[in-house]
Amino acid sequence: MKKLIAWFDERIPMTKTWNIHLAQYPAPKNFNFWYIFGVLATLVLVNQILTGIWLTMNYVPSAEGAFASVEFIMRDIEYGWLLRYMHSTGASAFFVVVYLHMFRGMMYGSYQKPRELLWVFGMLIFLVLMAEAFMGYLLPWGQMSYWGAQVIISLFGAIPIIGDDLTLWIRGDYVISGATLNRFFALHVIALPLVLVILVFLHIIALHEVGSNNPEGVSIKKPKGSVPESEKPKFTFHERFTKKYDIVDAFPFFPYYIVKDLVGVAIFLFFFCYVIFFAPAMGGLFLEPPNFEAANPLKTPAHIAPVWYFTPFYAILRAVPDKLFGVILMFGAIVALFVLPWLDRGKVRSIRYRSTIHKVNLTVFAISFIALGYLGLKPATEVYTMFARIFTFLYFAFFVVLFFYSKNENTKPVPERITK
Amino acid sequence: MSNAPVDKGRRRFLTVATSVVGAAGAVGVAVPFIASWNPSEKAKNAGAPVEVNIGKAEPGQLVRVEWRGQPVWVVRRTPEMLASLEAVNDQLRDPNSDEPQQPEYAKNLHRSRKEEFFVAVGICTHLGCSPQFLDQGMGEYVEGAETGFFCPCHGSVFDIAGRVFQGVPAPYNLVVPPHYYISDTTILIGEDGGQA
Repeated sequence: MKKLIAWFDERIPMTKTWNIHLAQYPAPKNFNFWYIFGVLATLVLVNQILTGIWLTMNYVPSAEGAFASVEFIMRDIEYGWLLRYMHSTGASAFFVVVYLHMFRGMMYGSYQKPRELLWVFGMLIFLVLMAEAFMGYLLPWGQMSYWGAQVIISLFGAIPIIGDDLTLWIRGDYVISGATLNRFFALHVIALPLVLVILVFLHIIALHEVGSNNPEGVSIKKPKGSVPESEKPKFTFHERFTKKYDIVDAFPFFPYYIVKDLVGVAIFLFFFCYVIFFAPAMGGLFLEPPNFEAANPLKTPAHIAPVWYFTPFYAILRAVPDKLFGVILMFGAIVALFVLPWLDRGKVRSIRYRSTIHKVNLTVFAISFIALGYLGLKPATEVYTMFARIFTFLYFAFFVVLFFYSKNENTKPVPERITK
Repeated sequence: MSNAPVDKGRRRFLTVATSVVGAAGAVGVAVPFIASWNPSEKAKNAGAPVEVNIGKAEPGQLVRVEWRGQPVWVVRRTPEMLASLEAVNDQLRDPNSDEPQQPEYAKNLHRSRKEEFFVAVGICTHLGCSPQFLDQGMGEYVEGAETGFFCPCHGSVFDIAGRVFQGVPAPYNLVVPPHYYISDTTILIGEDGGQA
């Protein structure tokens, strides 16, 4: 066995990669429950890819065959219903864990220097994930697939001059048709997953270059030679990490955090399986009722709402009376997150040591996001629109206010080391 | 390998020239990929504008044509029908056509280019049934109206300019498609004729 490993190691950096990224990768010792969502997102990604591949084996990507083939998968393929529900529930689960993962980053300042690029890669993943989910939702060719896509694609029509030609180009027809379905299928099953996997790879490479942040926001890398031998953890870390720094308060990721993460994975799977087996439509949130009816271009559903994970942005869109400005603001809501590392001019990472105003600001932001998500599901009545405007304002206010107070923020003293 | 001195200027020129040609080639290669997303000939044929001859339409008659899989109506309205438009204004949801259900040139009282002819997509804005044209007897459904459109599915009613009445399920006025007059007797449906 040793000889075999040696044979490989001479030809490919197998053991080295294993050590750098797992067995000798230093992970801060104070990770809390918020640090499970990266692993969970990876797990869901694997679930989506696996079940997705199996679904394509029976799915027919055409306007005539799509809806019937999904019914066929649900009724006639052995365990087809399970594969499909794993995939559809996985889509929602993906956004649940990614939103929590992002909020973790915001709480503990994981986007701050030197992790800006790590954050940007994460945001790109989020963007591709939204495109992936949007295109995937068209594939069952149900009523909400069809009309939801109609609404979203027509957003591009708001762009001056090129808008109409652009929507025509995206659809490949004057209405959403088989042409649109087939290109969305191609993007959904091969193009975007490829991009997604590459981005995830880059996200992890960037993470392992700068090292993980932690709930204290305190670096575990100390200047070389500044830490007495007695205070160093009794673990071997790869020399790539110890060459320039003394590493303190850390464990190797494998096996210590992997084992801990398995507990989190088990808890996650309880919830995941509960939804798959007992509430796959999640009361119309994960699979909307009109989607159990085949797409009909001549029949608009009474109320068109996107799936829950898009509703915060949809609410922002609807809150603005002007279509173009609404589209700009909706995309602006995502752009603002992209540039967060440069809007936050603070030096203190963790919310634990930041000012009260920051705590209030972040709480208001979280509430606004959830409220917008709720409002996006509701019809746009006068009262709801008014609330959507208030919360849209608060959403953007978070970034504006942050930019100003973070320069000279009244923070608490940050400890030298992760507290025991 | 030759020991001749390196001509840096020449090397730079060749590098730049090769890069430019390469980039132009890359743009060229992108063309088929991007262009293949445009509507196919088949889709273009199916979505082509439709000509309607209105020369033989009698006053009070509705002509029905199909455009992009949807029924499109052309109604030649009588003076009495046009006179009724003002009268029902305060019973309507959107009397001034503020919702973008029509091109700019049809955002007026009669919702058309020419007062006499009304062009609309004959699909109820509620759930997509096709309403019926009532050249009389509309009073049965709405007080004070004599003509208009009645949707048998859920009882939505529209006036003779396709404007929706209050208190019915349909939220918006009927859609007026882009159209223009090629001649006095021919309408082309599906294009604005450059006067949008």
